[in-house]
Amino acid sequence: MPDAVSTRKHQEHFFAALDDTPLAAVDTVDEEAAPASLWADAWRSLRRRPLFWISAALILLVVTVAAFPSLFTSVEPRFCELRNSLGEPSAGHPFGFDRQGCDIYARTVYGARASVAVGVLTTLAVVLIGAVVGAIAGFYGGWFDSVLSRITDIFFAIPLVLAAIVVMQMFRDNKTITTVVLVLGVFGWPQIARITRGAVMSVKNADFITAAKALGASRVMTLIRHVMPNAAAPIIVTATVSLGIFIVAEATLSFLGIGLPPQITSWGADIAKAQVSLRSQPSILFYPAGALALTVLSFIMMGDAVRDALDPKARKR
Amino acid sequence: MTQTSSTATGAPLRPNGDTPLLQIRDLEVSFSTSTGLVPAVRGADLTIYPGQTVAIVGESGSGKSTTAHAIIDLLPGTGKVTGGSIMFDGTEITSADKKTIVGLRGSQIGLVPQDPMSNLNPVWKIGFQVKEALKANNVASGAAANARVAELLAEAGLPDAERRAKQYPHEFSGGMRQRALIAIGLAARPKLLIADEPTSALDVTVQRQILDHLQGLTEELGTAVLFITHDLGLAAERAEHLVVMYRGKVVESGPARQILAAPRHPYTQRLVASAPSLASRRIQSAKERGVESSELLATTHGDGVSAKRDDVVVVENLTKVFKLRGSRPGASTAFKAVDDVSFSIKRGTTMALVGESGSGKSTVANVILNLLEPTEGTIYFDGVDLGTLDKRKLFEFRRRVQPIFQNPYGSLDPMYSIFRTIEEPLRTHRIGDKKSREARVRELLDMVALPQSTMRRYPNELSGGQRQRIAIARALALEPEVIVCDEAVSALDVLVQAQILTLLNDLQAELGLSYLFITHDLAVVRQIADQVCVMKSGKVVEASTTDEVFDNPREPYTRELLAAIPGADLDVVPAGPEEGLTA
Amino acid sequence: MAWYVGRRLLQMVPVFLGATLLIYAMVFALPGDPIQALGGDRGLNEAVAAQLRAEYNLDKPFFVQYLLYLKGILTLDFGTTFSGREVIDVMGEVFPVTFQLSIMALTFEAVLGITVGLIAGLRKGKLFDATALLVSLVVIAVPIFVIGFVLQFVVGVKLQWLPVTVGGDVTFRTLLMPAIVLGAVSFAYVLRLTRTSVAENLTADFVRTATAKGLSRSRVVNVHVLRNSLIPVVTYLGADLGALMAGAIVTEGIFNIPGVGNTLYRAIQQGQAPTVVSLVTVLVVVYIVANLFVDMLYALLDPRIRYA
Repeated sequence: MPDAVSTRKHQEHFFAALDDTPLAAVDTVDEEAAPASLWADAWRSLRRRPLFWISAALILLVVTVAAFPSLFTSVEPRFCELRNSLGEPSAGHPFGFDRQGCDIYARTVYGARASVAVGVLTTLAVVLIGAVVGAIAGFYGGWFDSVLSRITDIFFAIPLVLAAIVVMQMFRDNKTITTVVLVLGVFGWPQIARITRGAVMSVKNADFITAAKALGASRVMTLIRHVMPNAAAPIIVTATVSLGIFIVAEATLSFLGIGLPPQITSWGADIAKAQVSLRSQPSILFYPAGALALTVLSFIMMGDAVRDALDPKARKR
Repeated sequence: MTQTSSTATGAPLRPNGDTPLLQIRDLEVSFSTSTGLVPAVRGADLTIYPGQTVAIVGESGSGKSTTAHAIIDLLPGTGKVTGGSIMFDGTEITSADKKTIVGLRGSQIGLVPQDPMSNLNPVWKIGFQVKEALKANNVASGAAANARVAELLAEAGLPDAERRAKQYPHEFSGGMRQRALIAIGLAARPKLLIADEPTSALDVTVQRQILDHLQGLTEELGTAVLFITHDLGLAAERAEHLVVMYRGKVVESGPARQILAAPRHPYTQRLVASAPSLASRRIQSAKERGVESSELLATTHGDGVSAKRDDVVVVENLTKVFKLRGSRPGASTAFKAVDDVSFSIKRGTTMALVGESGSGKSTVANVILNLLEPTEGTIYFDGVDLGTLDKRKLFEFRRRVQPIFQNPYGSLDPMYSIFRTIEEPLRTHRIGDKKSREARVRELLDMVALPQSTMRRYPNELSGGQRQRIAIARALALEPEVIVCDEAVSALDVLVQAQILTLLNDLQAELGLSYLFITHDLAVVRQIADQVCVMKSGKVVEASTTDEVFDNPREPYTRELLAAIPGADLDVVPAGPEEGLTA
Repeated sequence: MAWYVGRRLLQMVPVFLGATLLIYAMVFALPGDPIQALGGDRGLNEAVAAQLRAEYNLDKPFFVQYLLYLKGILTLDFGTTFSGREVIDVMGEVFPVTFQLSIMALTFEAVLGITVGLIAGLRKGKLFDATALLVSLVVIAVPIFVIGFVLQFVVGVKLQWLPVTVGGDVTFRTLLMPAIVLGAVSFAYVLRLTRTSVAENLTADFVRTATAKGLSRSRVVNVHVLRNSLIPVVTYLGADLGALMAGAIVTEGIFNIPGVGNTLYRAIQQGQAPTVVSLVTVLVVVYIVANLFVDMLYALLDPRIRYA
């Protein structure tokens, strides 16, 4: 630093008046604002997203239809008369009839139950297996991790639809919703396991985990009380999106004729049946396929909205 | 409104020095958020003459970096200049078109960014990234460019530059990366170099070397430098003209020496009083205690048993070896993080472990916290060998030693409310019932000077300093005897840092706590420690009382560390501390 | 690097063994007696059946069967189908078809997905981005067979631009529409991945530093943003090749393509255990090798991994 400082134009010693730049107390707490937990924050951010409200409304609708189909139609979906084959829409039958003469509207309404049930139950199964395997592998590391990760790899290496085709062949004669859920669950969990493992590993080195350890909290307690709640966000997001994907997988199996049995009304089977009538009457394909797509879309959109809301970068500070 | 205490307007230092290179007037920058426009800079003035070094000093959020980024039109995200003018060498930047700006960047205005770890593209070689700057500004191309790259890197102080140019960023240390970034910033010989906290992520000794080098280089090239920093001492040491920013406004500016000697604005006065690099003396309240305990020690000297009782923690010949997994099987190497370290902490005093990154100081802290097993050596806590504790005894031990960590953002569980955070130690150790625990949480919040209503909040709602207070409250919940502070104030702004240090001192006096203070910052040590151990590569190189280490350092390494404290050689008597600093 | 490859290869072994064992167990748990089924309604006499069982090792314990089978795979002896054809000949016929289809699908999803994803990422929050995102969501939500039917109906039947089915005529032209259908879902994922990655890298510190050097916008985007953003995308694409080949089963059914999927589907329905196991095993091996390849590629693209 040169010793003889010359003060040049615009560089004279200047200081602002205090009333123009008042001093705030260092580090004050705003006692007025409402407390904001991570979930409250996420909810506040979700509330502002139209995408969230649209998908929430759709999901609510689909779940209601699946739970109480009789509220939406009085027509029996399995009451089919060949004389109605490919019939045009008419009063009481807004979507018309398919080749077998079944009411398309009623079949679309009753088809929701199978899809939603498979989607929800499979997701529960997958989260249960995947989160436990992933959490143990990620948190305890070492040998646990090596063995569990290889097992995850094995199940990951077998494509979901291929495995389902082979296994469903075993249950050829007694297929139910449970068997479909079982098959999709057993081969669908590796993704959640990998994501859980990654999330747990990124949390477990945080200082607050070390602090809990220094307090004398046990390993299991630390995992349950501190690690899992902080690793939950990516699991929830993936699970929501997976729910949609499993519905598509079930439809694919039903389409291939090895999913749900014919006694259970399902969109996948109806789409497969519509293939033959596609040229004469495309609307037969349109309704079940549209219902399926809208259901899946609403879950994927929900996953996207939740992902954005839980994004740590979007949080203040 | 504007008051001027002008001194003589002397002749310019250099020829052509009478027209400013950069002139900022009434600059306003705002960020648009979901709640509307949020101003970040509210009417800032700044003038830089050719070849001059000017520093902007301010805490995080003061608008200092935003001002700097507005100069090269690189405001992040939704930031926009909403008013004022930036005149650079005859060009009005706020209204210039894209092409003009791109033309200015690199060739006229260079940038040395803050974090060397994230500012180099990890997938390209260093040489490639320097060469890009040469090509983009038409300085050199082809084989000439390659030769120039090596010259530039060598000029920035990188040894073996030709080989280094062929390496990737991850093969470089932080200091080397920063040198590469300086080479990039100066590649096209700009008239102005913006250095945005260029060394805040580096060790002090490296910081000093790099700044010395940068200063030499820019003086030689006649480059003007705009230096952005949070450290007043550093700014005063490196710049002739200072601009102090606070909450988006320039509160004081002028010749560095004048500002240090006679700060006029209350904020600057606070800064001068609290800057650790300047206020190099022990915080008063606890000083007497320090004296008392050393007197106590003198009387019991020679009496082995009672000396042990007085030393709450004794570390004997501690060695910790880590096995590093190599890139291939069987290639694992042993890394001695801590090598034969011995020291003791007297009850009620503060022991500081000082060292740069990789010196092993944090490993020592983790062994004392019993989070790591020592490879060799013994830790005695209150006369008991920690290695002999069974599970139940260890659980009891945890109550008596508690940590506070560096990063106030990472040390609190974001999912826990403040109440749950502070209550957790009590629950874990099954102390009291629901009601008494709540009373205790309130009491602890009082102790760390936070309103009791804070307990309903979540960590993300609090500032860094407030979080650190919460971390202190959690550590105090079990009434421990020893607190291990691992870089506990390093991440905080200067004023907040001063507050936390004062709080820690008061608590020590009040509760008779003993601190093990792990830090890289000798300036902080002077303010809080009674005893100091200087560590280097796992070994203790010097151990003594704080005064002894500062006034009479024996080891060259200690002297190097002391010399590296920014502003250490500035002979300025700071004004007395402001009243009412604590929130 | 050599050690990195070696370690990856070593990790492949248990995955390969586990996956083949699992497949073998599943297929052989299939109900019904395939040998008896060969004889049709009348059934075979016991002597012939026993001879056939011995030939296919069906008379031995499960693990012996598995080990014999494994030995076969390692010597590229996949055995014969129940109708007497060498399985390896069948594979030689069907794998090239599925491979061509998958490569075409991969090219489609890569080119279109990266292009659209890059533009969307650069214009995050604008109309183009919102539209691209919505399209990607719809493509993921609509089952692949519905996309197949609709395209087949519109492009093939109504407009008659492309052939409706493939049959025995496997050419670039006939496979074009099936390839687009097969790659549709992955296209949506590539788009989303590229978009997120580009948007994230745009705000990276090193991109700001590159801009501050005085580089033009296009150079910053091409050299710094795109290059770095492609790392996760290329990784996804590599792993997707295996997934596409296995996932071709539905597409091949719709367009009547004589590939792996169709053959596999028929073999499952006929209980042709050796054929099923062989085809699935090869698919799994393709998948594992593709993943290994991705790991190498990753190491090449990201210098930080090379020394890990």
